[in-house]
Amino acid sequence: MASLTESSRERVERIAARYPERRSALLPALYVAQEQDGYVTDEAIEDIAGILGISPAEVKGVASFYTMYYNRPVGRYVFQVCGTLSCALCGAEEVIRFLERKLGVRAGQTTLDGKFMFEVVECLGACGSAPVMLFGDRYYENLTLDQLDQLIDELRSRPADEPQRAPQLTGLEARD
Amino acid sequence: MANEIVFSQNHIPGIRGIDVYLENGGYRSVKKALEMTPDEVIAEVKDSGLRGRGGAGFPTGMKWSFVPRDTGKPHYLVCNADESEPGTFKDRELMEVNPHQLLEGMIVACHAIGAHRAFIYVRGEYVGPLRVLNQALEEAYERGWLGENIQGTGFDCHISLHPGAGAYICGEESALLDSLEGRRGLPRLKPPFPAVSGLYRSPTIINNVETLCNVPHIINNGAQWFRQWGTEKSPGTKIFSVSGHVRKPGNYEVPLGTPLMTLLNDYAGGIREGHTLKAVIPGGSSVPILPAEKCDINLDYESIQAAGSMLGSAGMIVMDDSTCMVWAARNLVHFYRHESCGKCTPCREGTDWMYKILNELEETGGRKEDIDLLLDITDNMDGKCFCPLGDTSIASVVSGIEHWRHEFEAHVENRGCPMRRRGEAELEGAAAAG
Ligand SMILES: Cc1cc2nc3c(=O)[nH]c(=O)nc-3n(C[C@H](O)[C@H](O)[C@H](O)COP(=O)(O)O)c2cc1C
Ligand code: SF4
Ligand code: FES
Repeated sequence: MASLTESSRERVERIAARYPERRSALLPALYVAQEQDGYVTDEAIEDIAGILGISPAEVKGVASFYTMYYNRPVGRYVFQVCGTLSCALCGAEEVIRFLERKLGVRAGQTTLDGKFMFEVVECLGACGSAPVMLFGDRYYENLTLDQLDQLIDELRSRPADEPQRAPQLTGLEARD
Repeated sequence: MANEIVFSQNHIPGIRGIDVYLENGGYRSVKKALEMTPDEVIAEVKDSGLRGRGGAGFPTGMKWSFVPRDTGKPHYLVCNADESEPGTFKDRELMEVNPHQLLEGMIVACHAIGAHRAFIYVRGEYVGPLRVLNQALEEAYERGWLGENIQGTGFDCHISLHPGAGAYICGEESALLDSLEGRRGLPRLKPPFPAVSGLYRSPTIINNVETLCNVPHIINNGAQWFRQWGTEKSPGTKIFSVSGHVRKPGNYEVPLGTPLMTLLNDYAGGIREGHTLKAVIPGGSSVPILPAEKCDINLDYESIQAAGSMLGSAGMIVMDDSTCMVWAARNLVHFYRHESCGKCTPCREGTDWMYKILNELEETGGRKEDIDLLLDITDNMDGKCFCPLGDTSIASVVSGIEHWRHEFEAHVENRGCPMRRRGEAELEGAAAAG
């Protein structure tokens, strides 16, 4: 763990080769790292810096600028709930308070069993089907408290070693 | 529907796939454009009067004409699919439903500006659209609509996807370029404009998804055809993303110049039962809020501006009489405080101060002086920020106090929001049961 595996390194190499300047592969490379470990480790930062020919400090600076990268382990199931105006007009505050109660944590905290974390994020670009939540690869739209309740119960019953479910942002290299 | 351009094929089953797309006339404009010179393509787009659909409304043909010739450098086209302006969700539907339309528009644009390499910068949260586009790209390469010597025309064109990673500022075109170069997304000093020095310091055109989706139709049917819709200064159609307190929220493509109330009532189903219209944000969170009495206007660039707001990204957020305007302003300023990139002081500090004061007003009432203090802060930000994010972050505060000053004052008198959170009691019940 932690350092990039051989196959992750190859993926980063392949992505870097697609751009006129290798550094452009940085955001996609950070997704490769996050997919491997669930968050971006310091070792992965060193490796990416080495492959792309920039300093680890620069890689770290970039990773910390963007909200989709984590610099620490987070829950296996991460819910990103939109709190911006259109969603707030349609019940986002209720969704957030429901999650606080049901999971017993506040936004940004992971449950003690390491299973759940929820975050309140800004507009997800799906305001017409508010309230909205991003979980894994999927948008949950017109979200109801009942639906959320069932989803959490179902996830709680999953085996403890199920892999993390996060947005999959790798493998988008249609041949070119 | 007769009045649709970019959504006109949405009803065709399977339009997402290249076979169905081709059967319905897909990629025709590429062949036609490649028989024209780049200048002829630019002239056609100029004549159509198409204006950028990403927010600024800059004439597209004119922008393309700024790309210098014979620089010896490669040229680039970048499609802006960052779509992060609160209230806006049209590009997502364009990409998910009809991805080849976008690719087609991009190929034509590449020819016009002399680019052989293009990128689509898609916000990272849009996993769905990214997957659909990736599939469409695979198909287009396989069928020879992308790659070297496309369709035997001698023209090379490559398009790659690039996922963003959660930062509203990366929708601003120069910050987007920094992000695409693998840096933090910070706005660049202009000039030089990207058309002269953009991606990798080469001439670069950045266009919104919807802008590019209009291009094939203009090339196929001509500028005059496009001008049958809209007004003299705002030709064509526009997708309005309608959200908030309406019965049928969604994306509606209508001719520019359509009355706001027609869109709201006939398309979006009107205000929900038992309530009345209070306010509309017509163009995404960055534009001033219009009170109901100012909503009898037409939806085009000029009319909305005359009413005191802007068309912006056409993300229309509708609020009914249950909405507290201090609460709404706090919500939007929270967004800008979070998304401020921190590069310049007026925006970094100003958004933070505005949020703190609005939060006080909403929670505990603050002080009477706070209302003028808010206006003072907005005055110190207006036109003084490094990029439009900071300058427009004040929109909801300034227009909020202008039209609903009495509500701000009521917060002070009441020591907090007088309209405090409906539904809290039911929620307690539901959570306790859960
Ligand atoms: C803070 C900020 C955010 C922006 N976000 C977007 C966006 O998400 N999508 C977009 O197309 N344009 C966005 N823009 C506008 C772009 O800077 C640029 O004007 C546009 O992409 C140009 O394309 P167009 O001429 O086709 O509209 C944003 C501008 C600012 C200042
Ligand atoms: S106005 Fe805000 S977002 Fe724009 S450069 Fe300044 S700090 Fe960054
Ligand atoms: S406000 Fe929630 S998705 Fe846009």
